[in-house]
Amino acid sequence: MSIFTRRTLVKGGTAAAAAAALTGPALLEWAKAWAQNAPWKPEKGAKLSMLRWKYFVQSEDDAFVKLIEAFTKATGVKVDIARESYEDVQPKASVAANTGTGPDLFWGLYSLPHLFPQKCVDVTDVADYLGKKYGGWVPSAITYGKSGNKWIAIPICYSGNMINYRVEASKKAGFSKPPETSDAFLEYARAMKKNNTPGGFALGHASGDGNGWVHWCLWSQGGNTVDKSDKVIINSPETAKALEYAKALYTEMIPGVASWNDASNNKAFLAGEINWTDNGISIYVAAKKDASKKQIAEDMDHAYWPVGPVGKPTELHLMYPAMAMTYTKYPQACKALLAFMLEADNFNPWIESAQGYLTHCLNAYDKNPIWTADPKNTVFGQAAKRTLTAGGLGSVGEKAATAIADFVVLDMFANYCTGREDVKGSIAIAERQLKRIYR
Amino acid sequence: MAIAFEQAGTKRVMRDATAWERLKTNREWLSLWFMLPAAAFLILFLAYPLGLGIWLSFTDPRIGRSGVFIGLENYEWLWGDATFRLAVFNTVLYTAVASVIKFAVGLYLALLLNEKLPFKAILRALVLVPFIVPTVLSAIAFWWLFDPQFSIISWSLKKMGLITANIDFLGDIWNARWSVIFANIWRGVPFVAITLLAGLQTVSPSLYEAATIDGATPWQRFRFITYPLLTPIIAVVMTFSVLFTFTDFQLIWVMTRGGPVNATHLMATLSYQRAILGGQLGEGAAISTAMIPFLLAAILVSWFGLQRRKWQQGESND
Repeated sequence: MSIFTRRTLVKGGTAAAAAAALTGPALLEWAKAWAQNAPWKPEKGAKLSMLRWKYFVQSEDDAFVKLIEAFTKATGVKVDIARESYEDVQPKASVAANTGTGPDLFWGLYSLPHLFPQKCVDVTDVADYLGKKYGGWVPSAITYGKSGNKWIAIPICYSGNMINYRVEASKKAGFSKPPETSDAFLEYARAMKKNNTPGGFALGHASGDGNGWVHWCLWSQGGNTVDKSDKVIINSPETAKALEYAKALYTEMIPGVASWNDASNNKAFLAGEINWTDNGISIYVAAKKDASKKQIAEDMDHAYWPVGPVGKPTELHLMYPAMAMTYTKYPQACKALLAFMLEADNFNPWIESAQGYLTHCLNAYDKNPIWTADPKNTVFGQAAKRTLTAGGLGSVGEKAATAIADFVVLDMFANYCTGREDVKGSIAIAERQLKRIYR
Repeated sequence: MAIAFEQAGTKRVMRDATAWERLKTNREWLSLWFMLPAAAFLILFLAYPLGLGIWLSFTDPRIGRSGVFIGLENYEWLWGDATFRLAVFNTVLYTAVASVIKFAVGLYLALLLNEKLPFKAILRALVLVPFIVPTVLSAIAFWWLFDPQFSIISWSLKKMGLITANIDFLGDIWNARWSVIFANIWRGVPFVAITLLAGLQTVSPSLYEAATIDGATPWQRFRFITYPLLTPIIAVVMTFSVLFTFTDFQLIWVMTRGGPVNATHLMATLSYQRAILGGQLGEGAAISTAMIPFLLAAILVSWFGLQRRKWQQGESND
């Protein structure tokens, strides 16, 4: 590559300076040099369209637009960006894959490319190029990106979901931070409730926070929905143990979590009603922005999910892969754009602008200043390394996506925790649903 | 006769008009053409989607991928699905309770607004407010009202010293059911009230005058004049009300997403969750199709039942 890349923070080390320096003309200059040296030459007259998920923070989208503009100036390839709420990208991509017309590139949620692997452009060369250049991909990203031997998508980033907690209240309960093992975490919840500073996890149909914690709970106790060959193995003593654990935890939570959706815990946390929960970094970002919530921003922090008896992290974070469709007339331009997005000079400022909402999948970006500038961001930087993939042991395809979207595991936990069903009944209902989904 | 024949033979042959010619001047045939745009519209936007939905329910498509015919498999699966059965129960309960109360409150309001009241026009406009507010907005308002932590209802009761802990409106199974039913009633009453009010105003005052002269009590005036004359419009209003309630989606989706533990899942919300979010289009279509018999039954009851005079007057003259 050109000498310009030597200036990138990965190799240069002075990350903040490099990220700050490469804006405006400098960025363009770099982009032009990149385009000259890149292994992918966009086709003549190429024009691209891309459908992406709708941003959480404006600054992230601004940085993204800047990046795309630099790409256009450097390569002459115009890129149209359309944005859809993240739940709506999947149906649109599926229809496009099926009909053979639509945006050239899609940027959606975790298992999206696996719904139609044969309709995705083989991007193995892009993935290898990026992996080699930036310290390799984290294992979970490889699972999401690869179908068989080839890469069908480029895993751009994760959106982390971690434990959020209030520092003072935890100290009062005798804990400097939430404990690292699941058993100790139960003690923590108990002590917090006793002090009248309870917390809670969403047990309503909350696609993000609800699914996040029940999958953590199931996996941490050794339970699994399916095995490696997608055989349903939910009916196990480990699942029963996970249910018992969840129920014990549920009794220590604030009342009302059975009705919570994804926004409920944010509201309650920001109002000081709850003192621990699971969430992305959004509570913290909101608290920092709002002057009246300054005290909460100062008194809160984030922690990894506790590790259960299985002895390793069992977290579930949201993956955002991007892919090019085989019907595109400009596959080289698509590949160039995908590679361009993840080049350090583009990716570093972009991930910084996301304020910690998004986590990289390439090891080299561990050095990005966003993770160290504010120590409260740090745990989110590890989301990609600690996450398991949708479906657990099983495949990451549409079956796993359906099971999550249909709240199979969440309902199993809710059924048991609220006392609607006993252990056997809750598992039986989930097993029946899973067997149909995985048939 | 002969001359006429000759003339016909030489100049113009008298012949029967062809079928086509007769058709051209036929008024019924013409009117068929005038109906065609409307029919095409109905077929394209009503019959075709309905037929497609029913067809989908016999197949196993996923979003973006067509399926194959699998017969009744979707229905067999749903028959044994506890969540689906629960959704049917919830839907029937939701519709029955909400419709009955909406009718009672709506009729009461209509009668009240039909009296001579000060500021009648303003009052009538005010009654419509719940109906005018977009459903999603009112659902969000109710979501806040029923919030487990921030409910103003819990807060007020606590301040008054009536309760010590927040009421778990949407987290407890039965609380959640009554809460969403309440929200639906609040939203649906204006429709019933205003439509019945319109019906009331068509009742001729002379009937009431005559009844008053005959010494009828207010109850008798209602029972033997208002009610029978209002029945046709009640039939229409209640049919619509039941249909709207049975197919409700927005209120539930915003307030509970079918939770807690599916206690407020209606067939419409479950269908959406399975078909669009879960991607199982066939199963979702089967849930939607399973709503049709219920809806047909509701329509039949009101149209064939309530419209019969026997029902209206309790007599034997049909």
